[in-house]
Amino acid sequence: MKRKTALILVVICAISIIFQTPLSNHTVQAFSPQVIQQGASGDDVIELQARLKHIGFYNGKIDGVFGWGTYWALRNFQYEFGMKVDGLAGTSTKQKLVKATKYDEQKVKNQMYKSPSQGGNKQKQPAKASTNVPQGYSQNDINLMANAVHGEARGEPYEGQVAVAAVILNRVESATFPNNISGVIFEPRAFTAVADGQIWLTPNETAKKAVLDAMNGWDPSGNATYYFNPDTATSAWIWSRPQIKRIGKHIFAK
Amino acid sequence: MPRWSWIIITVLTIGLVGTSFWGYKEHEDKNAVLIQAENTYQRSFHELTHNMDLLYDKIGTTLAMNSKDSLSPELVDIWRLTSEAMSNVGQLPLTLLPFNKTEEFLSNIGDFTYRTAARDLDKEPLSNEELKTLESLYEQSEDIKDELRTVQHEVLDNNLRWMDVQLALATNDEQEDNTIIDGLKTVEKKVEGYSEGNEDSSLLGTREQEHEFKNIKGNRISEDEALNRSASLFDVKSEKDIDISQSGEGADLPLYNVSYEDDDKNVHLDMSQHGGHPLSMLVNRTVGEPNLSLHEAQEEAEKYLKEQKFKNMTLFRSSQYDSVGVYSFLHEEDSVRMYPDAIEVKVALDNGDILGLTATNYFMNHKKRDLPKPKVTKKDAKAKVNPNVKIQEDFLAVIENDLGKEVLTYEFLGTMGGKTYRIFINALDGKEERIEKLERKEINLAGNF
Repeated sequence: MKRKTALILVVICAISIIFQTPLSNHTVQAFSPQVIQQGASGDDVIELQARLKHIGFYNGKIDGVFGWGTYWALRNFQYEFGMKVDGLAGTSTKQKLVKATKYDEQKVKNQMYKSPSQGGNKQKQPAKASTNVPQGYSQNDINLMANAVHGEARGEPYEGQVAVAAVILNRVESATFPNNISGVIFEPRAFTAVADGQIWLTPNETAKKAVLDAMNGWDPSGNATYYFNPDTATSAWIWSRPQIKRIGKHIFAK
Repeated sequence: MPRWSWIIITVLTIGLVGTSFWGYKEHEDKNAVLIQAENTYQRSFHELTHNMDLLYDKIGTTLAMNSKDSLSPELVDIWRLTSEAMSNVGQLPLTLLPFNKTEEFLSNIGDFTYRTAARDLDKEPLSNEELKTLESLYEQSEDIKDELRTVQHEVLDNNLRWMDVQLALATNDEQEDNTIIDGLKTVEKKVEGYSEGNEDSSLLGTREQEHEFKNIKGNRISEDEALNRSASLFDVKSEKDIDISQSGEGADLPLYNVSYEDDDKNVHLDMSQHGGHPLSMLVNRTVGEPNLSLHEAQEEAEKYLKEQKFKNMTLFRSSQYDSVGVYSFLHEEDSVRMYPDAIEVKVALDNGDILGLTATNYFMNHKKRDLPKPKVTKKDAKAKVNPNVKIQEDFLAVIENDLGKEVLTYEFLGTMGGKTYRIFINALDGKEERIEKLERKEINLAGNF
């Protein structure tokens, strides 16, 4: 008896799947239930941008990141359609959008990504997709710093890596160091990883995460501008700096 | 001699000649690289002395100048020269040599001239105090210039090489007589002599804002108490897995550094010894695919801030980085957004866990403020904004201006040519305090980020 019920269930499921797949292709592609807000990224944002573009409110690139352009477009849409203007794509806003516009997911994504159909299951190469970067920094800044952090502190605890990234940023802020990231990193004799070329090792994801955290305001170093490895430090002078704390192998100092 | 030995001798000779040639070539290549590095150092140094010369002359002419029309461009010129000189210093191998005072001096002139050049000198000419500051900067620059000239003379006269400086600094060889290092130390001493006398001048406000925690409240808590609080913050029952240590003398304020590690995460926390406030917390663990939207996770962040007793915090910015949401909150009082009192919260989008908190800005700046009433109406403030900017949103906000002073402003969010700008207009005198171009996304170059 139990077996029979199970079988029936399976059949029902199978049927519903078979019937649903072609059906959903004909009905409008609709958003997931999430409220989309500024700063978000992903498929819902692609759909939001595509729909706003379709109706003429958005004229930027469809890139899957909810930036300021999307924000103003959404607010204008809400204003024109007599809704509460809050720049959030909630249920009612999304319903209005779906009613007023068309969205062909496949077509939009084909334009966004380079030939997703070729190469089988290979990961899609986003050609036009964007990514969030902390205000005031570029992706190249992130990469350069990730190189430095990886060269200087790979194998250190995570907060130690964030702290090294924070020291670079504290130096940029400080009057006594160059005032940009590359200047600080390539200042002669500043970092051993630069001197011995380890900076050109390919950084891992952890180093990048650490850099992002530092750029977003985390500073486990306690506002340090120096750090050194007490086992290998050759300079006596560095010991004269007032120390803040030790993380892993590094001592962080003012 | 048998024939085969001749063959061996020939082969060996060829080998020897080949090796010597190769060695010579390597040596030459290495020399070429060294000379190139040396030349880069030399160029930076000579440019530095040249720029200091120019700087001295320029400040002199500025002091002699009477007409306000030409004053602004002169000040801008000085500012440009200081930034060039600073970049020259940055390219010399001096990181381990205390050359800070000179750099600070340059940065002071830079700040001073930038500030005065950006001001409308017709309405607000240089005050007597500012003229005095400029005069003292003039004297300092003369000394620095002279000392640098002396070093330069020695360098040229004795064919001194910066590579030797680098070597001396690297090996920390004190005995070795190094004219360049000694010369630069003299420069440093000269500047040091000035800094004390300068303390009261109006320059002080422009110095890098020292990180001070004036507004942190509460009595000093014991290490046990700190452990206790950390355990509840980390949601860990046993305190014995938690490491705690005290910060050293270099810390901005006395801290407990707390860390905890288990199989799937490690946590690092800075807690103030006074009041036991969490200043900065960072949780590191692998985060899976996002199940929550940025919006849902925001509620977690808000809930967390309430639990931590941060009151009246309003979201100002949110960003998604893969499966992590980062939120910036500002303190809000009577609908005025307090930019100095910012808190960042990081939330995992897989299950809504709090991954980080940084409240250093909040604890550094938050206090009860007696805010003045705006003297400029919103309409008048809007009129101060470039008419090409279409203003979309406005707020009242407190920000720190270029002088490091808190000012009440109207904050306008506007668009121009498809770009978004944040503009702050002083609510008391209508001055444009700050403009920021906002764009926080880029085409993904890596494809995997």
